[in-house]
Amino acid sequence: MAESTHGTGGLKYDPKKKARPPELNVFIALVLLVVTFEVLGWLLYRDSFLFNTRDNVDSFFNWARINIIILQVAIVGIIALGVTQVIISGGIDLSSGSIVGATAMISMSFAQTALVNGNPNPKAIFGDWAMDLPVIAPVVVGLACGLIAGAVNGLLIAYTRIPPFIATLGMMVSARGLAKWWSNGNPISFPTDSFAAIGKGMNPVLIFVVLAILFHLILRYTVYGKHTYAIGSNEDAARMSGINVARHKVLIYTIAGMLAAVAAIVLSSKNLTAQAGMGVMYELDAIAMTVIGGVSLSGGRGSVIGTVIGALIFGVIISGFTFLKLDAYYQEMVKGAIIVGAVVLDQWRQRRAALGR
Amino acid sequence: MSDIILETRDLTKHYGGVHALEGADFILRKGEHVAIMGDNGAGKSTFVRQITGVEQRTRGEIIFDGRPVDFDGPLDAREAGMETVFQTLALADHLDVSDNLFLGREKIRFRLGPFSILDYKAMHEATLAALEKTGVKIPNIHNTIERMSGGQRQCVAIARTATFHSKLTIMDEPTAALGVQETAQVENIIRTLKGQGEPLILISHNMRQVFDLVDRIVVFRRGRIVADLNRDETDGQDVVAYITGAKTQPQFEVAGA
Repeated sequence: MAESTHGTGGLKYDPKKKARPPELNVFIALVLLVVTFEVLGWLLYRDSFLFNTRDNVDSFFNWARINIIILQVAIVGIIALGVTQVIISGGIDLSSGSIVGATAMISMSFAQTALVNGNPNPKAIFGDWAMDLPVIAPVVVGLACGLIAGAVNGLLIAYTRIPPFIATLGMMVSARGLAKWWSNGNPISFPTDSFAAIGKGMNPVLIFVVLAILFHLILRYTVYGKHTYAIGSNEDAARMSGINVARHKVLIYTIAGMLAAVAAIVLSSKNLTAQAGMGVMYELDAIAMTVIGGVSLSGGRGSVIGTVIGALIFGVIISGFTFLKLDAYYQEMVKGAIIVGAVVLDQWRQRRAALGR
Repeated sequence: MSDIILETRDLTKHYGGVHALEGADFILRKGEHVAIMGDNGAGKSTFVRQITGVEQRTRGEIIFDGRPVDFDGPLDAREAGMETVFQTLALADHLDVSDNLFLGREKIRFRLGPFSILDYKAMHEATLAALEKTGVKIPNIHNTIERMSGGQRQCVAIARTATFHSKLTIMDEPTAALGVQETAQVENIIRTLKGQGEPLILISHNMRQVFDLVDRIVVFRRGRIVADLNRDETDGQDVVAYITGAKTQPQFEVAGA
């Protein structure tokens, strides 16, 4: 209908030039990567990467491996959801890994059991009043930590106008300091059974998937999402259109902080302990997943679907390297190269768009 | 209410010692299209910036739609019904046509604070209606702005003013960066607005365009209005004479100037 009422008006329109969704490109990259590992596996070890080759297991796929791939990216993936909307708005968040550390420490302090094997909890942080609290207590405390940290990020960025890079870098250093100070660097352990249940088994994946769907819907179908894209695309235009840019930025960073807190709760529950060093480098992994998933570092472009596929690519690479019995050191080196490669690709795509394809 | 949509009295702007705009008395009637012409630095853009609240005037009065106004910013002006198409386009490149048309005033299907659900269907329909009304031809309204030509972008920016039944549209050199065909398209939209009785202030250097489109030509020179000409009673040479300073209308003569 649009075509019939609005002709070309002398301006050329080529339907073939309609963009292929970038998520499709990312998905193709994921498939190619899996195929590469599959082929290398057969060539080098006569074993399959994706399919079951053991006789004692009756299934088509190698579910053990697939589960590990998904499980190991689920927690950082939760952070990446927050980072996705931050980067779409034209910002960056370097503090999420440290927020994970600080939140894990503080929230775990409210999740401890009074007795371990009949003896008083040796890692107790607070007195008896904080022992055996219902699970809601550590969860609420944890979310509040993320909320405060994220809100501080957002307020700094929105009202002092300092670059997000600097504001969140400061939070990254300070939150890590807080995590270490909280218990003088000692780990906090022995959570209640109900807290330990949060991150049990495949629960982290479940939480990741639910949150991913939620944020996909939010970014696509709500005013919040539309304004996030608008700010990242052209901040002045957004302001001229009546969007309260400062308030929106505070909201974006606050939500990102809270998602980092969710990741912290799930992670400390899964590990049954909280340590000051938890979440180191998670911010970079989350940014990497996001960028690999096609979210543009210059803002305005990207989606949650892309980030989820980016997270899977990340997991496949790590699993694939383990599968090919390559050193963990190679994994890190290649991870770095992939991040840079994804940004180069993004820049190239931008230039092409700027030149009118 | 009178038929005057915009009036300025003694509108003045000084940047330090520079008198960028001095005592501008200007009247725009409903349905009227007026061009503002003048050399670079004559005070055209300064004049527009004071009206739309981009800058705060040094002195003078602005009466818009029968009320004295004092806009804090262009947003205020827009809310009051004064839409400006700026030289630098205020569009979000990564969003599509209807997203841009409704940016900041989205249609909502379900109210939920910042997480209110967008009504895409209603916005698309309203977009098609707005494009129809202005005669803007965009091949595919689902295309993002970055995939459009300069002319199409300008059309989207103009269509936005038409969507919201603005009381006054101001265009600051809308075709300066456009090709011949695209210029023609923008000019067609301006004619459509004229047909619908929407008042317009057009800043332009293009003599042919001005004589084609507007009813009245106001000439600025060195921060002052020097002529207020009826299009039918003047010609290009006459206007150039006013622009360059060869002539000044007697009512605008300033003692000692």
